[in-house]
Amino acid sequence: MTSADFMQARARLLEKDRSVRDKRMELDEAIALVRDGDGIAVGGCLYSRTPMASLLEVLRQGRSGLTLVRNLTCYEAELFLARGAAERIVTSWVGIGLLWGLPKVFRHFTENDVSVYEEWSHLSLGLRFRAAAMGLPFLPTKSMLGSDLLPLSKAKEMTCPFTGERLALIPAYHPDVGLIHVQRADRFGNAQIDGPPYMDKDIAVAAQTVILTAEEIVEPEVITAHPDRTAIAHFTVDAVVEVPYGSFPHECYGEYEADFDHFQEYVDLVDDKAVHGAQEYVSRYVDATGSFAGFLELFGAETLSRQRERAKGLLPR
Amino acid sequence: MTVSDQERMIVVGSRYLQDHRVVFAGVGAPLIASVLAQQLHAPHLTIILEGGFVGPRMLPGKLPISTNEMRAARGSVMHTGIMDVFLYAQRGFFDYGFLGAAQVDPYGNVNASIIGTPERPKVRMSGTGGANDIASSCREVFILTRHEPRRFVEKVDFVTSPGHLGGGDARERAGLFPGGPSKVITDLAVLGFHQESKRMTIEALQPGVSIDQVRENTGFELEVANDVGSVSEPTELELGRLRSLVTGEPAESDEVAAGNAERMIGR
Repeated sequence: MTSADFMQARARLLEKDRSVRDKRMELDEAIALVRDGDGIAVGGCLYSRTPMASLLEVLRQGRSGLTLVRNLTCYEAELFLARGAAERIVTSWVGIGLLWGLPKVFRHFTENDVSVYEEWSHLSLGLRFRAAAMGLPFLPTKSMLGSDLLPLSKAKEMTCPFTGERLALIPAYHPDVGLIHVQRADRFGNAQIDGPPYMDKDIAVAAQTVILTAEEIVEPEVITAHPDRTAIAHFTVDAVVEVPYGSFPHECYGEYEADFDHFQEYVDLVDDKAVHGAQEYVSRYVDATGSFAGFLELFGAETLSRQRERAKGLLPR
Repeated sequence: MTVSDQERMIVVGSRYLQDHRVVFAGVGAPLIASVLAQQLHAPHLTIILEGGFVGPRMLPGKLPISTNEMRAARGSVMHTGIMDVFLYAQRGFFDYGFLGAAQVDPYGNVNASIIGTPERPKVRMSGTGGANDIASSCREVFILTRHEPRRFVEKVDFVTSPGHLGGGDARERAGLFPGGPSKVITDLAVLGFHQESKRMTIEALQPGVSIDQVRENTGFELEVANDVGSVSEPTELELGRLRSLVTGEPAESDEVAAGNAERMIGR
């Protein structure tokens, strides 16, 4: 990141309309804000509170040249690579979970072209968002020192001018777009998160454009009744879309559990047909469905309500 | 009662976690060992998970597949941002980091990134996740892994999580906090690190295992402690708790539960 990049990131934000306005849109309208070549920060973590409806709509609209940036990245990275939508994945980990082994499509792309995967430690990736969210060009840490991750990344080392300590310096990352899914938001973009916030608060502040999907759009009074639950302020948000089950088949805390059977179905497809399997998945679940509602129909109401019941069983009583 | 290698490793791992301490646990065997310790001798062990969970109490039979999901969140005293838990670690609050290892060298450096070279990887693995941060910042680090020659190599292809780097005081010279790996717990032995050289050293053997057998399964020259101890067999209580934790079935259950446990905790 150069000084020009840094000042431009601020300039882009200063130009934005901060009016308190109704930002409700249809999902396709909101995702039209994503441009080819954008760097997209993906909210949630692994298969939790993933902005799945938004991600599938990005694929549906045929974007290309994207960079996906996420703390821990699930199979959505494979869909984006297999479809030719993303050129680069910036993250600390890619896969679904130990049960399913190493991700095969990801291996295919990264072993053929090492520039596809930019690996940071989990904290360091978060510091990239945090620095940007703080309006600073970098933050120091003790992570990544002495490891082979540091020389391969864009991090640098320095000696602390106060103490003489060795530090790794992690450059800020300003995503062009942040995609975030929450439990509830009002029409202005004030958003509340139940359960773990992951890195979403930093992403909302770091990104140039924020597209928010919510399980439910609520009246502003619902937000002001519990302002301590509000994680994202309206002036950071550009679009608000109501999408029930917007993380499915991933989980949304307190709402529904992840559909592990569906993960297995995807892994079987990829085990069988490698990259073509992931492409077939996109054809079947994205292209052929026409919309996220169409995607959900493939699972059926019974599966969706079963997942909702399972989530309830895990909540504190 | 027949005991699988994986069960043996997890039970012994759990014994090293003392009550009233704080452990930052990685997914899989380290997490299961931590929950097991909580159920046996360490009811006040605070588990930290990278999803931002402080002090979760997981349900038997509903152990999480990732350390970021609802099952992992259950019973927590705090849900906070991912950054917060790593920054607690960097501040120095966590006694133990507890991790697995795909590939580990004599100095406890762990590779989770690349087999081959960064320019031409033979296998591109998933990556560090939080393991690099945990290994960099927890007060001491326990590594829990199967003992196989392909895992225990003289030189890791890539240092994802720093151990003692080149040995001696290399870790401190790189600017890392003192500490690093102190125990490697496997299905064959418990290993420590030599005080000066920081090379891996056999400290105790699993039941029925010889020093030669450990050496045969290690791809580098191991040091041997002066008084090599022996690890005691998992007790019925330990095994019962472990199996019911994983399967959700009653502790008394039989071969079926053992089979289920083996399937669910993996290879």
